[in-house]
Amino acid sequence: MKEFTPPADSASIVSVTERVKPLALGMVVTSVHFLGNRAAFVGGEENVAFVDDQGEISKVAVHSGGILSAASDGKRLVMGGDDGKVMSLDTKGEVTLLATDPKRRWIDAVALHPDGAYAWSAGKTAFFKSGKSEEKSLEVPSTVGGLAFAPKGQRLAIAHYNGATLWFPNMTGSAEFLPWAGSHLGVTFSPDNKFLVTTMHESALHGWRLADNRHMRMTGYPGRVRSMSWSAGGKALATSGADTVILWPFASKDGPMGKEPAMLAPLQARVSVVACHPKNDIFAAGYSDGTVLMVRLEDGAEILVRRNGTPPVAALAWNAKGTLLAFADENGDGGLLEL
Amino acid sequence: MSEATSPKIPVTVLTGYLGAGKTTLLNRILSENHGKKYAVIVNEFGEIGIDNDLIIGADEEVFEMNNGCICCTVRGDLVRIMDGLMKRKGKFDAIIVETTGLADPAPVAQTFFVDEDVQKNARLDAVVTVADAKWLSDRLKDAPEAKNQIAFADVIVLNKTDLVTKAELAEVEARIRAINPYAKLHRTERCSVALADVLDRGAFDLDRILDIEPDFLNAEDHDHDHDHHHHGHDHHHDHDHGHGLKHYHDEDMQSLSLKTDKPLDPNVFMPWLQNLVQVEGGKILRSKGILAFHDDDDRYVFQGVHMMLEGNHQRKWKDGEPRESRLVFIGRELPQDLIRQGFESCIVS
Repeated sequence: MKEFTPPADSASIVSVTERVKPLALGMVVTSVHFLGNRAAFVGGEENVAFVDDQGEISKVAVHSGGILSAASDGKRLVMGGDDGKVMSLDTKGEVTLLATDPKRRWIDAVALHPDGAYAWSAGKTAFFKSGKSEEKSLEVPSTVGGLAFAPKGQRLAIAHYNGATLWFPNMTGSAEFLPWAGSHLGVTFSPDNKFLVTTMHESALHGWRLADNRHMRMTGYPGRVRSMSWSAGGKALATSGADTVILWPFASKDGPMGKEPAMLAPLQARVSVVACHPKNDIFAAGYSDGTVLMVRLEDGAEILVRRNGTPPVAALAWNAKGTLLAFADENGDGGLLEL
Repeated sequence: MSEATSPKIPVTVLTGYLGAGKTTLLNRILSENHGKKYAVIVNEFGEIGIDNDLIIGADEEVFEMNNGCICCTVRGDLVRIMDGLMKRKGKFDAIIVETTGLADPAPVAQTFFVDEDVQKNARLDAVVTVADAKWLSDRLKDAPEAKNQIAFADVIVLNKTDLVTKAELAEVEARIRAINPYAKLHRTERCSVALADVLDRGAFDLDRILDIEPDFLNAEDHDHDHDHHHHGHDHHHDHDHGHGLKHYHDEDMQSLSLKTDKPLDPNVFMPWLQNLVQVEGGKILRSKGILAFHDDDDRYVFQGVHMMLEGNHQRKWKDGEPRESRLVFIGRELPQDLIRQGFESCIVS
């Protein structure tokens, strides 16, 4: 492949690589989430590495095995492990055991809502817990691929084979099945609660308009989509899986139906992870060759945050204010950029 | 695309009808002093009693790919488990997938053909089928799953040979060979087979695709193991050879072997093969080939599972090596004449 190496004095792309605090995390990294103003890098197994705004690293042990899933609301991080445990980590670094699967099955998926509710899955069963109320569970026809809370936190989407199930855990008999053939893995609600989008095992997204369950097929990716991120205000859904960032328009009531996606930040490498800025129309994208870019939605203008030449970028996140960007590649070489 | 630098983890698929001795073989593999660590994927509802640190329960969930091909099924649970296991790379050297007695091996194998992430990290090493010498003949009559597992196998461990007479053993071997003459067959008691005979076989490795000679040529009733080729000795069906080696013709599962020493036209052959597996892929369980193309000094090799094919130029033909093309199909109700005619039409005239 061709190298993406703009000359040092190139005027064609602005670079902020000099301003990045390099981080040597020394572990396999799978995702990063901000807890307050500290970045929490989730390891492939056992540990989470906190990084403060000075770049100081401190590790916390959370699981006794692989960490399979993680979700954060900015105040805490909930993780599921192959030790059959659901763990939570707060901003102070305190670890709490939330649940243990009685059969010690893998906790494949977790989801979290800012009001305190959380959900996890093991095998075909999705579990829900909110406040002091009793744990609720729902069995779906096949293994759960992903979980997501609706914006208000009352409803849970469960992705599985041949569709997704929408469930109000506090209402019995409320499960509604949205069929679509294939294996559905990731799942997300649009911030306005009008659309549900899943990532599929094949190289495609599938969407439903929740008002009438109309289908939206979002195809054409060369690889599986592993990362989705809603732009500020939910106007667009940025996705990985191609050699450009694919942004599907969700501003109108029809969402992306009959529309072409925007394709920004093309490189000769596959986009591995995307993270939209929480306030401005900017996103960050990590690539399979280690490149990290910041990109403006409006015109696709790019700023180079990290050069290529490493394993794929696995973790990428903004803090809630949008003043810090954290990233790391699969092998745990990362960085922190203050804007 | 940047390539992963770490070597791919070998995956052995262990199949066999209920009670044949899969778990015995698995425990044998795990307990032997080989210094290797295995991650073992077993059916969640299967028998327990496996002594290993890393055991993962699977659901054998099969789903159809949305690519319009009905036999294009993959094991979704395997995709998920492989994904999770890759987070713990370095903690194990190889993976063994034990299927249930009723499982079809095809979706397992196809998972390694179609899933990009699985392919990046792991490679299918071989399908090893454990068969019960006493009961297999019966199961081949009444259980299509058992037949599938034999047809699909790269290695067959014919177990419990101490429970049958020589004649019964010859009978069951002949029945196996009627379905799959290409698998390596090992006769065992209590699955005592050398690990090298079941692990690291490279059966799906295009570079090692060589062994498409039928294995039955040396399957006569000898207790020693030298290669014993019967050149130009044509066997006919259903007659006894005097050493207890019968030849059967299985009614619905067969293998078809094609051979020519004339060069093939790649521009005719490739579309023909593609079309053949598209149309008849539901019937073709496995296919393999070594091809000599016209005006091409490189050997071309391919292999397939149902409709999925992969192929590549392998290496230069060696000096003095006969430039022969050989193809093997194993399948159910194969349209043999159609395949034969199609193949012949690919020969450069």
